[in-house]
Formats: sequence, C-alpha cells, structure tokens
Amino acid sequence: MDFLLQLLVNGLVIGSVYALAALGFVLIYKASRVLNFAHGDFLALGTFVAFALATSLRLPVIPSIILTLVCFFVLGLVVERVVLRPLIGKEVIAVIMVSVGLSSVIKGIMYLVWGPGYFLFPEFLPDVPIIIGDVYLSPMHLLGLAISAALLGLFSLFFKRSTLGVAMRAVADDQQAALSLGVSVRKIFAVSWGIALVSAVAAGVVVGSITSLSTEGLSAIGILVFPAVIVGGLDSVPGAVVGGLLIGVLENLTAGFIDPLLGVSLRSVVPFIVLVLILMMKPYGLFGTVEIERV
Amino acid sequence: MTQPTTAGTPLPVAGSPPVTAGAAQTLLTVNNIEVVYQDVILVLKGVSLTVPKGQIVALLGTNGAGKSTTLKAISGLLSAEEGHVRQGSIIYRGRDIANADPASVVQAGIVQVLEGRRIFKHLTVEENLRVGTITRRDGAVREDMEMVYHYFPRLYERRRQLAGYCSGGEQQMLAIGRALMVRPQLLLLDEPSLGLAPMLVQEIFAIVQRINVEQGTTILLVEQNARVALSVAHSGYIMENGRIVQEGPVEQLKNNPDVKEFYLGLTESGTRKSYRDVKAYRRRKRYM
Ligand SMILES: Nc1ncnc2c1ncn2[C@@H]1O[C@H](COP(=O)(O)OP(=O)(O)O)[C@@H](O)[C@H]1O
Ligand SMILES: [Mg+2]
Repeated sequence: MDFLLQLLVNGLVIGSVYALAALGFVLIYKASRVLNFAHGDFLALGTFVAFALATSLRLPVIPSIILTLVCFFVLGLVVERVVLRPLIGKEVIAVIMVSVGLSSVIKGIMYLVWGPGYFLFPEFLPDVPIIIGDVYLSPMHLLGLAISAALLGLFSLFFKRSTLGVAMRAVADDQQAALSLGVSVRKIFAVSWGIALVSAVAAGVVVGSITSLSTEGLSAIGILVFPAVIVGGLDSVPGAVVGGLLIGVLENLTAGFIDPLLGVSLRSVVPFIVLVLILMMKPYGLFGTVEIERV
Repeated sequence: MTQPTTAGTPLPVAGSPPVTAGAAQTLLTVNNIEVVYQDVILVLKGVSLTVPKGQIVALLGTNGAGKSTTLKAISGLLSAEEGHVRQGSIIYRGRDIANADPASVVQAGIVQVLEGRRIFKHLTVEENLRVGTITRRDGAVREDMEMVYHYFPRLYERRRQLAGYCSGGEQQMLAIGRALMVRPQLLLLDEPSLGLAPMLVQEIFAIVQRINVEQGTTILLVEQNARVALSVAHSGYIMENGRIVQEGPVEQLKNNPDVKEFYLGLTESGTRKSYRDVKAYRRRKRYM
C-alpha cells in the first residue's frame, strides 16, 4: 500500500512535467496545426543551455534558468518567423519534415557540444527527504511539482483571462474570422512558439534537476509527449495535463509492479500501449475537440 | 454588473456624433477595382461604389456575383484566399487601403462580418466579444460590451455559454456584436439574413438600423434578400457577374422594373410573383 502510494506520488511529479512539456506541443498544434517533432530537442537544448550558464559561466542557478526561459521565448519567435512562416499554406508533410530536420540539427549541435554523457544540474536545494505519512519526497520533487502546477495554472489563466490568450483560442477555432476582427494571426503563431519553448524548457529543467541531463534522455521526453497529447486529445490543453499525469503514473506503476515480475523493463513501452488502446476506443482522445453540432 | 436595459433609449458612445440626414460626406470610395484569385481567376471586372458617411448602402446580387469578394477587397481578407486587387483603388478617409493588411484595416475602423456567421464555437459568447477588442488600446471595452448587450439582450443571457450551442439567430447577433466591439466607423455585413427565419431577419435588421441611427455606424450591406435590404438602406447597387449593373437611391431602385422583377419578385402591377417564375426569368437572363 505504501509502495503503491509512493509510486503514485512519483508518477504525479513526473507526470506534471510531461503535462508541462505536452502543453507547449498542443499549443503549437492548436494555433497552426503544426506537429512539432523537434519539441523534445528544444526541451533538451534549453536544459543544457541553463546547465551551461550555471556551470561554465558560474551564474547562480535560478537566474540561469530564468535567463534561459527568456532566451527560449525569443528563440520560439525567431524559429516561427524564420523556419515556419515561409511554410504557411504548404503541405502538412512539408511542415512535418522541416520539424524533423530541425530535430536532427538540434540533436547534432548538442552531441557536438556536450556529447552523449550524463551531467548533474548544480544542487540548489538541501537534499533532506521530506516525509509525509509513509511517502518520501525530495525537496526537488516537491519544487518540481510546484513549478509545473504553477506554470500550468498561469497558462490556463492566460488563456481564460487575457485578451491575447482568448484570441489564441479564437485563431485555433476559426482563423479567417479571427483575421476579420484584426487579430494578427502571425503574431499568434509566433507567441504560441514562444510559450511552447518556455514550457518545454521549464519541463526539461525540472526533469534535469530531479534526475540527470543527457541529450538522449531529455529529447526522449519529446516522444513521450505524443502519448500524453494523443491520450488527452491533440488539441486540448486540459487533455494534455490529464494525459501527462496519466503517462507519468502509468510509467511508475509499471516500473514498480510489472517490471520486477517480468524481469524486463516495460516502463517506456506502456505509454504507447495505452495510446493505442485509447485511440481504438476514442479516436479524438479523452478531451479532443468534437465538432459542436447544435441540436 | 446589472442587466442592461432593453428599452429603446440610445446609449451615448463617445466619438460617434449623431448623423444628420443629407450632410453626406463620403467615407469610402471603391474606384474601378479588378480582383483576381490565384493570379488568374478574374472575379471583379471593374467595380466602383461610394459609401456616404452615416448611411446604409445595400449591395445586391445573386449567388456568385462577386459581392463577398467586394467586401473582402475592402477589408483586406482577400489576401488570406490568395486574392488581390489588381487594378483600381479603395479610398477610405483619404487613404488607399487596397491590398492593406487586414489588421491595419480593422485598426482604421472597418470591420467585416463574414458570411455564414463564423462565430468561435468553442469560446463563450463573452469571449467571442472579447476577441473583437484585440486592436483596441482604450479602456472603454466594458462600456462597449454593455452597448452590445443593450442591442442584443439575448447575448447577455447567454454570455457564459459556448457560442457553438447558440441558435442560428443568436450566432448572427453575436457575429454582429463581436464586430461592434471593434467600434467600427464602417461595418461590412455579408448576408446577415442567410438561413434565418423571416421573423428573426426582421428582428436583426431592425437592430442593424438602430445601430446605424444611434451609433452613427456606416454600413455596407450585402444581401441576396433584396426586399429586406432595400427596406433599411439609403441607396443600393446591384451586381452581376463581377460588375455593377444598377445603382441609385433606394426609391429609384425599388421602382426600377428589372429590380422589381428579378430581385423583388414583383410583376408590373406590383403583385408578388411565384418563386418559380422568378427563377425562370433569372435563368433566361443569365443565358441571354
Ligand atoms: N477563394 C477563391 N478562389 C477562387 N475563386 C473564388 C474564390 N472565392 C470566390 N471565388 C469565385 O468568385 C466568384 C464570386 O464569388 P463571391 O464573391 O463569393 O460571390 P457572392 O458573394 O456574390 O455570392 C464566384 O464565381 C466564386 O466561385
Ligand atoms: Mg457571398
């Protein structure tokens, strides 16, 4: 029982990080129907940049992270402007191939600079476990959960309460109608890339602090984002959150209960099995947009 | 917030003086424009029209005549459909806005209500209105929302509902209300009567007329329903196959024998013709 609880808590912590990463992916898809296959690579790159600022440049950790987030917001705007805008109106497959290419380029850069090894983020919290009931949590786990929850809350406020956020949802709904009211669709695309990279890097930094940094490990989160967003519904922000949490919990339960029985690790396969099962039952995911039809 | 009154008292809105009939300054002039889609499909073949400030101008014509294209040429939305103004000019308050960026046209005070309502289905009614304020820099958004609810009390009742679940009439009201949030000088309405029951059409046109009188909003109204359009307009144009074929003050158009027959469905004696006859006439006229 305690073991189960512990696995659930660990699953929720890591799941909240997946949710954060998935949010950015969904945002780009919702605004511009682009499937960003480079999402995990941006996540990894941002985490390494924050790491480099904190270690090579010896900046304090928190300012390094904040500086990286700001830079990646700007990078998002630039990538949209330089790489994706020329592709507006082109075939979907062309846009996908460009994002796949982008993914390879970023991976290449990371291998060149940091190689395939593992790195540890500088500690910035005391390593005393916090014990609640029978559940052990490190301060970093708790902070990670808090950061993910705070950012997810902030984004959902932004989409509900700010005019720009509401306009972003409007563009996702009917681009031409949004254009007719003076919404600059280009600006919306750019901002969604900016926010997407911020959410990806925030997720990467949290994972990197909890576990370790490696090019391979971090960019793999980009793959895990797929089951998360597809389970939730490709175009649903709440769906991304639920999907992310679900995948995190399932991974941990598998690692705790099934892997020891079989003697092989299934934890990274299970999310995809769930993905297939859910798609068979609900092709739009659990929260995906179903066309509203008036009765 | 309290429920806005539905009484007919006009709400004062800053910056829009009451219109005085007769003092007709020109707000918009379309000069002999040609519009092509994809660089090859010539749809408007030299269209000219004038919209006097404070008036309602009707642009009538059958399906495919080029009415929506004309509105999109003015609002700049052509660019989103690979169309552009190849020749001619569109002068709005002394500036040529042909092929301008849609957002800048909205900022200049022109807003188009697209054909088929096109509300944001997954946003609430109030969020739909909110999108209309994206180009606004002033703080009067709240008052304007009250103004929209004043004209369309039904929208107030539904303000927290998803717009996709509103009835067709409510969606049309929302599409117009959303455009009013821009606080436009010139409102381009594309077939607001489309697919609505006659009672609702009456209701919406009465409100459009009140907005014109009380807010001083100039309106260019595209319609296939000539009868109802001519009942509210000051002047009108009739378009066929990418050209203007008739124009004049409403009284003159209403008495024009061609307009009577083909667009109002009346015989010489003023009685209504059956729809089938009118359709046959139209067909004949097309092939002539
Ligand atoms: N995006 C487009 N690309 C190519 N042709 C178009 C496009 N939009 C409209 N057309 C053509 O232009 C003509 C006029 O269309 P439209 O302006 O929508 O007419 P109306 O609003 O009077 O019904 C039609 O023949 C239509 O097929
Ligand atoms: Mg039309």
